[in-house]
Amino acid sequence: QGKFTLLRDSRTDGSFLVHHFLSFYLRAGCKVCFVALLQSFSHYNIVAQKLGVSLVAAKERGQLVFLEGLKSCLDLLFGKEEQPGQPSPLQFLRGSSCELRALFDFVRVSLTPAQGDSWKGPVLLVDDLGVLLSLGAAPVAVLDFIHYCRVSVCCQLQGNVVVLVHSHEDSEDEENELVVNSLCHHSDLILWAEGLATGFCKDVHGQIKIIKRLSLRQAAQQDLVQIYQYKIQDRNVTFFARGLSPAVL
Amino acid sequence: LVFTEEDKYGLYSNLLFKYFLAEGIVCGHDLFVASAKEHPDNILKELPAPLLDDTHGKELSDEAAAKSEDFQDSMKIAWRYQNLPKMEASPTTYTKFGHYYDVSKKMSPELCQSVKWHSFYLHEELSFEPKMKAWNMNSGYARLLQSIQRIISQEGFDGSDAQKKQRNVLRIGIQSLGSVLWGDDVCCSETPEDPHSLTKFLYVLRGLLRKSLSACIITVPAHLIQNKAIMERVTNLSDMVVGLESFIGSERETNPLYKDYHGLVHVHQIPRLNSLICDVSDTKDLAFRLKRKLFTIERLHLPPDLSDTVSRASKQDLAGSAKLLSSGCGAVAIGKKHLDF
Repeated sequence: QGKFTLLRDSRTDGSFLVHHFLSFYLRAGCKVCFVALLQSFSHYNIVAQKLGVSLVAAKERGQLVFLEGLKSCLDLLFGKEEQPGQPSPLQFLRGSSCELRALFDFVRVSLTPAQGDSWKGPVLLVDDLGVLLSLGAAPVAVLDFIHYCRVSVCCQLQGNVVVLVHSHEDSEDEENELVVNSLCHHSDLILWAEGLATGFCKDVHGQIKIIKRLSLRQAAQQDLVQIYQYKIQDRNVTFFARGLSPAVL
Repeated sequence: LVFTEEDKYGLYSNLLFKYFLAEGIVCGHDLFVASAKEHPDNILKELPAPLLDDTHGKELSDEAAAKSEDFQDSMKIAWRYQNLPKMEASPTTYTKFGHYYDVSKKMSPELCQSVKWHSFYLHEELSFEPKMKAWNMNSGYARLLQSIQRIISQEGFDGSDAQKKQRNVLRIGIQSLGSVLWGDDVCCSETPEDPHSLTKFLYVLRGLLRKSLSACIITVPAHLIQNKAIMERVTNLSDMVVGLESFIGSERETNPLYKDYHGLVHVHQIPRLNSLICDVSDTKDLAFRLKRKLFTIERLHLPPDLSDTVSRASKQDLAGSAKLLSSGCGAVAIGKKHLDF
């Protein structure tokens, strides 16, 4: 409860982690607000079905609030004039302000428990944060947005926040690196998916570093780091200790 | 969204662009061609002609038969390799996926006219409408997006017209996006005036593609873009990213290792849609060559390392290119390390 998890990938695609957390929290009975900026709803729906969860059903019973960034952006730019009471969450695309206030309001309203709600704990899931930078939001605005979300969701509502970002060592995208480094310092748990140092391999798709930031909550504690390797299949992902891939044994 | 990084002189990426459009015509898809460089009418006049099934299929299978006869002799020195499956550089069986084209012939005008096509030539378009001022985007890009959106909704590619029984696919081709001709200075300076125009454009385009039955290829003179951060963001926003590196004018042109090829194909990213996994091929080393009639992309085959001079001069180069070639949707060799044998 009240934890901030950072999903990070370097030179590989860490989106399988997003799919995992989405189906995990839905199955656990949590109310999920999913800010999906990069892919369409049907993409997540099809993968979630393979993992045993129906996003359509979750939406219908009010368990899932899905913000489809691509669609929202089109509505904003090509649609009719918006109603005064309902500003678009991606308001910042228009006009000169680069604040993400409207997006935060959307998240807050979606996760505030309503009358008669019996869901366990709210969860905010974001895929992926770097898109906001590509769309013109300033890094400070993005960090403010995350900060407000953390205060609202983790502290006030005792919920969890899971965010996906991309980064890599030789990246020249300084704004992105700034955001990622700052988020790393404030995360309770970091799941870092990387490609293998030795290059592409058919049987081992990459390695994942799991960093439990115990030092965040208690001064004297040290962070716990575990490293596994993984292989992604059609319906699940298998994890194994380094060097012990089934293909090798 | 297929994002193609152009080779230095744009020769080969132009070819790939035309192939995409030609395939659209042969499949009966509608086309939308946008350019700031050449008038779309001219582009369409230069598409390669499709090959008739019988002749080409026969040619390929003849070639394959001849090759396989040579390899029947057992190997004496490298006998360990005998048990490995033979590497086939190009598909020997004539697969039914897609069509083949003859680059030396132009597509007949009747075939071109058989599909409905729309064009967008930047310099013929009217200046932007006031509504778009609030978009905060380069006006050329904004006009293009408006045009695409209008075609999609008017022609019913987004399923909005329930009356239409036959649904068709729209193939969109955008040439040389990001170049100076579009009014964007991202190719001229490291700190462009509006660094977010290109990425915003791609995001909106992605939205349009996702909500309609369309596919798009974009070619970009990536070698001119100095701000690498923008390239990284652009890669993230595209489904598939392919880079073409031609050997013209570089030291690789005279390198005997590459004598059979005209350039390399770098696959930086492949689409991972509607699934946890993506379709990863066995090999990442691809090269292309332009023969008189055919443009082929094959597995990179290095000739045997026979002489001393060859190995000394190019080992460093090979290590560099091996690092590039090993990257894909999976992983890349980090730093300058490479595996030594």
